[in-house]
Amino acid sequence: MSKQEQHWEKTRNLLFITLAIWFVFSIGIFLFGAEMQESSIRPFGYPLTYWFTCQGSLAIFVILIFWFAGRQEKIDDEFGFTEREGEQ
Amino acid sequence: MIKGKFIDNLPKVYGIYTGGFLVFIIIMAIAEQAGMSAKMIGIFFVAFTVLIYALIGWLSRTLQTDAYYVAGRQVPTVFNGMATAADWMSGASFVAMAGGIYFKGYGYMALLVGWTGGYVLVASLLAPYLRKFGCYTVPDFIGTRYGGNLARFSAVIVLTVASFTYVTAQINATGTIASVALDIPFEIAVYVGLASILMCSMLGGMRAVTWTQVAQYIVLIIAYLLPVFWISNNIGAGFFPHFMLADEVARIAELEGQFGFVKNSAADLATVPKGLAGITKPHSSVNATPWAFISLAVCMMAGTASLPHVMMRYFTTPSVRTARRSVGWSLFFIFLLYSSAPMLATLSKISLMDPTLTTGIIGKSVADVQALDWYQNWNQANLMFVSDFNGNGTLELNEFFMKGSAVVLATPEIAGLPYVISGLVAAGGMAAAMSTADGLVLAISNALSHDVYYKIINPKAETAKRLIVARVLLVLIGFAGATIAALEIQGILGSVIWAFDFAMSGLFFPLVLGVWWKRANAPGAVAGMLLGLISGTAYLVWVRSGGSGFLGITQLTFGIVGASVSLVSMIVVSLVTAAPDAATQKMVDDVRIPSGKTILGKQH
Repeated sequence: MSKQEQHWEKTRNLLFITLAIWFVFSIGIFLFGAEMQESSIRPFGYPLTYWFTCQGSLAIFVILIFWFAGRQEKIDDEFGFTEREGEQ
Repeated sequence: MIKGKFIDNLPKVYGIYTGGFLVFIIIMAIAEQAGMSAKMIGIFFVAFTVLIYALIGWLSRTLQTDAYYVAGRQVPTVFNGMATAADWMSGASFVAMAGGIYFKGYGYMALLVGWTGGYVLVASLLAPYLRKFGCYTVPDFIGTRYGGNLARFSAVIVLTVASFTYVTAQINATGTIASVALDIPFEIAVYVGLASILMCSMLGGMRAVTWTQVAQYIVLIIAYLLPVFWISNNIGAGFFPHFMLADEVARIAELEGQFGFVKNSAADLATVPKGLAGITKPHSSVNATPWAFISLAVCMMAGTASLPHVMMRYFTTPSVRTARRSVGWSLFFIFLLYSSAPMLATLSKISLMDPTLTTGIIGKSVADVQALDWYQNWNQANLMFVSDFNGNGTLELNEFFMKGSAVVLATPEIAGLPYVISGLVAAGGMAAAMSTADGLVLAISNALSHDVYYKIINPKAETAKRLIVARVLLVLIGFAGATIAALEIQGILGSVIWAFDFAMSGLFFPLVLGVWWKRANAPGAVAGMLLGLISGTAYLVWVRSGGSGFLGITQLTFGIVGASVSLVSMIVVSLVTAAPDAATQKMVDDVRIPSGKTILGKQH
């Protein structure tokens, strides 16, 4: 497998992990909205589903993007595909 | 005070700007104490901020194509994040979203999740790759990746339909705010809004829009957060509302139980002015089915990843790496406002509903409420209405009506804050609507001038001529948008949601598969774009004209139909036609790695 193919395989795997986490917090948990609302876990005292729609999921997305960017930069570095300064 | 290049001094420049704006707020507050009228304060706030944006727009004027189309590709990560946040958060986010949550509760909170979750798709599926491509516009990517004028032109059609729907809503929002703040009729106010929008974008294109959007973000975020914190402290709900409003949320649920949701008769409702709504749904409980919630969130997420005016912001960063990080910063700046919107809705509602607060009106006598100053103001503007349906002289929960877009604008007055805060909120709403309208008008006119005029009609056109065509189109599109906005076909939030559905129907899969599926070819992409857009639009028309719909897909989520048709037709047509040639395959390989030259040159 060429260097470029290996790079793309790692990039694709990172995408799948990122999208899996995204799926859980944007779609997955809201399948159980009514059940979660009754949960005794109440972040800052808010009902659980309400909290996720107001803050929880949103904050997780912000962290997820920065984590993703960091991992992708590592992959690019590993294969020497990072842009050099002034190349563009 | 400032030496060297503008780009190297950004933190200093915007630091001074922010300080200056805070000083301006304080001066206005002092002027209010000294007896300046509410009307004058509103005029000062809107006029002052709009003039600053126009000044920035004039200072950023340019005669170079890469500055006009992509701001010279030198916008630093964090500042691009701010500009994107302003570009993104429109009148719908600032003015209408808290109102939607206020009236519809959980069902509309899907917008919060959808309008943030979409950025994960932008960061991971698209933005870095489109940056590597080096295109000026989104159809530029489609046209080069798939090859052929038909693909390019189809992308322009989808872009125009989606962005134009969106921009009419934004001009509507600037008109609503200008008409309230400047006290002029709505039909005239939309043109005042339009003039302000054009002043920011016409001379400097993307460069001017970038630097005004950063300035607009600063105004809009101060204008949104200050009242939320102030009201929360005022009513003793807690000094940091985001973590401390649980008691208020519970209290609203208790009051809702106490007042009950009485259904109004059709005859009573007929007396309520058009577009106003009452509180009919519980505030915090799960009042929508999982499918209703998820389908709306999915449409907003896929729409986010297909809207050209957002995507083109990531063409302006210096590199692929900065484009990726910039998406994270964008979402962070958006998060600051979005996490506050439900808090604002909560504070606004408790201020009105709780009889133990001095601001509460539910349960008071109807005559007293009708005598309130702020009620009379907002009632005159046709944005608020009360009526004693049951004739008992007391205002019930079901007898109070407000326009969704008035919730944010009116809340400071309702909560008894000084008028200077209302002026600030009006300026913030104006900033939000203007910044998005700028981005949208530019996206449309750039696509028409670069992709249709330069790439298809007259490839030999000189730079000066191209930029004149771009500017003429900008003005024409702006006027067309304002004319349609003045007709008020659909509310602000509704048209914005439609725009996402249109964009998702036609562009989501052609964009994503362009990077992630090498086998995708031009006939497939054209089929995907056109059939997606047509089927989505047909479904919308069918449901609007009384059709029953299927699978619980409403007029707000028709993008699901469009995008499904788009995906299937794109895959089928791609597979039955010839695979892309070796050069195209090589191009896709090059897009997938950050290093090396961009696909399209610096000037093209």
